[in-house]
Amino acid sequence: MRWNRKDLLGIEDLSVEEINHFLDTAFSFREISTRPIKKVPALRGKTIVNLFFEPSTRTRTSFELAGKRLSADILNITTAASSLVKGETLIDTAANLEAMKIDMMIMRHSASGAPHFLASRVKASVINAGDGSHEHPTQALLDMLTIKDKLGKIEGVNVVIVGDILHSRVARSNIWGLTKLGANVSVCAPRTLIPRFIEKLGVKVYCNVYEAVRDADVVYILRIQLERQKSNYFPSIREYARLFGIDREKLRHLKKNAVIMHPGPINRDVELSGDVADGENSVILEQVTNGLAVRMAALYLCSGGDIESEDTY
Amino acid sequence: MKILIKGGRIIDPASGTDAVMDVLVERSGVTKMGKNISSPSAKRLDADGLIVSPGFIDMHTHLREPGREDEETIESGSRSGIAGGFTALVPMANTDPVADNVEVINFLNAQAEKHAWTHIYPVGSVTRGLEGKAITEIGEFKEAGAVAISDDGRPVVNSKVFTLALDYASMFGLPIISHCEDVFLTEGGCMNEGLNSTILGLPGMPSAAEEIMVARDIAIARLTGGKVHIAHVSCARSVELVRAAKRDGVHVTAETAPHYFSLTDDAVKTYDTNAKMNPPLRTAEDVTAIKEGLRDGTIDSIATDHAPHTQVEKKVAFIEAPFGIVGLETCLPLVITRLVNDGVLTLSQAVAKLTVGPARILNLPMGKLEVGARADITVFDPAYEFTVDTSTFQCKCRNSPFNGWRLKGGAVHVIVDGQLRLHDRRLVG
Repeated sequence: MRWNRKDLLGIEDLSVEEINHFLDTAFSFREISTRPIKKVPALRGKTIVNLFFEPSTRTRTSFELAGKRLSADILNITTAASSLVKGETLIDTAANLEAMKIDMMIMRHSASGAPHFLASRVKASVINAGDGSHEHPTQALLDMLTIKDKLGKIEGVNVVIVGDILHSRVARSNIWGLTKLGANVSVCAPRTLIPRFIEKLGVKVYCNVYEAVRDADVVYILRIQLERQKSNYFPSIREYARLFGIDREKLRHLKKNAVIMHPGPINRDVELSGDVADGENSVILEQVTNGLAVRMAALYLCSGGDIESEDTY
Repeated sequence: MKILIKGGRIIDPASGTDAVMDVLVERSGVTKMGKNISSPSAKRLDADGLIVSPGFIDMHTHLREPGREDEETIESGSRSGIAGGFTALVPMANTDPVADNVEVINFLNAQAEKHAWTHIYPVGSVTRGLEGKAITEIGEFKEAGAVAISDDGRPVVNSKVFTLALDYASMFGLPIISHCEDVFLTEGGCMNEGLNSTILGLPGMPSAAEEIMVARDIAIARLTGGKVHIAHVSCARSVELVRAAKRDGVHVTAETAPHYFSLTDDAVKTYDTNAKMNPPLRTAEDVTAIKEGLRDGTIDSIATDHAPHTQVEKKVAFIEAPFGIVGLETCLPLVITRLVNDGVLTLSQAVAKLTVGPARILNLPMGKLEVGARADITVFDPAYEFTVDTSTFQCKCRNSPFNGWRLKGGAVHVIVDGQLRLHDRRLVG
């Protein structure tokens, strides 16, 4: 199996073989970050732009570090999402970067489909680092790598995603990926935050967190945007934390070795209590470590690394 | 000028005529219809194998003049209309400035007099500035030639204002063309709410938002006895509501647009902004219901909701793009291909939706092909097969989801007010 895609836009389009190949590649990259000299020449001479139209620290840092460990030249363009950051501007920005012979663009944008819009208009590779409520493929891949690591497999594993499913690109990408790899996926949220027809993607829907987590091997907790409360999706942070926040008390209803995951950053004591986040079931920091390996794999594979040579790292 | 249309199949749904006949046009009227008419001085149009019908009427067009002449003008929009077989357009009032006073309507009439290729029947707004608060001087609009009132682009949210407007408009016999949308339910939305919006991560606009307002408008039409025309019906429940209201004798009529029987929200899957319009494309079930509504007469008319937007406006991320697509030049081919050839409507039923249907709703002096009628005539070829190429459109904009589609049906000759405006598919200026 070789990776033939120029872009990584979402998990929906990926085949099981592609996902597995990606995870294998990421797995082999993880070792690089444990070396005394954490750098390989795989992408030497390649220029990568981090194009972030939405604030992000960890994803951007993770991509930047991934590029640097592969010896690429990587630069950051960060623009707060504003009404000025619209289509023609986006095309113009991309055209300008192309004119400077950029090899790859990593893009985050608040509009669903923005990276697809970009990818159809530039020759450079485009990696989606999160588009609106649509997809966040590298997050799902790092989550899958973590689950595979911790539980030894993905097939047959019971995963519950708890939180704002409606607005979550992380949930969508994970649903695509995990269901493709044979996991049993459920979602759990206030009814107002569950998008209609989500069950058609092959997931079970729960509004009661105790029922949802009973058989879970993985409890994947999403960050709750505090401003959703202002839009009436739930009446108060307090009630959200009480009904859906995962804390010590709810942890007692989980299997003993169940794994707690979160894409970060955490609202401590809202969707996840501090002690559980830092507790023995939590693999949140391992997700971050795997994130770096996954992003190295993304840069490597989309730059044609698989096609050009078998073993440059 | 005399024009003799020879050997065409006359389809006039108003009179039930369906026969091969010649038609003689003198000055602005139809003076003779029958077999073997001869008139050596007349310009002869060969219509062998073609359909000769009353001129098409688009009762829902956005011509963008005044205000957005970069998108469309009365001239360019009506030229597009002629290419699509239309002899009359009904431009909506949501221009800039809004057609909320008689001066704007007079301006439209004056521009139409000078530049229009088709008849232009203006529409005044229901409320000042489309704000949904104060009703407009509908009496003056009527005197200036308005054929309906509408805040199209948005609903009249306040039910009391809608009731007063309907009562007031009924004095002048003018219908309200109602854009049915519960704007609270659609706020922030950009496509149909359903499985596709869930997958695409785009905020949805549920069909319930349309249904609610259709139900409200019917209730108010029942209350007042006023005439409500439901614009651009897109979903199954709206069809059911209108059907039931008509059965009860409520003065309600309805239109749909070709995209609502030709596309589903699957067209949004590629984030194609040319598949973004309001109301949004719905599901296959809705398409079936729309077709059934057309077939059983619940939906009286097919209108384009022609809404030009420039490439710059449309070449953006989906959520940021404006709503609307152009439709004048793809309407007839979609009607022929998707309704007639697929067995939903007979040719006569299809022609009715484009002629006598809208003419009756708006009380227009057209929609019939008979001796004594004004000579607004469309001659079309239902077998003409072609590939849609938006770059050949007469309208100023290219925002169509049908680019590249293989379709059948096209206008060949168009006569407006006795003048030949389209001859062998070429515009005659």
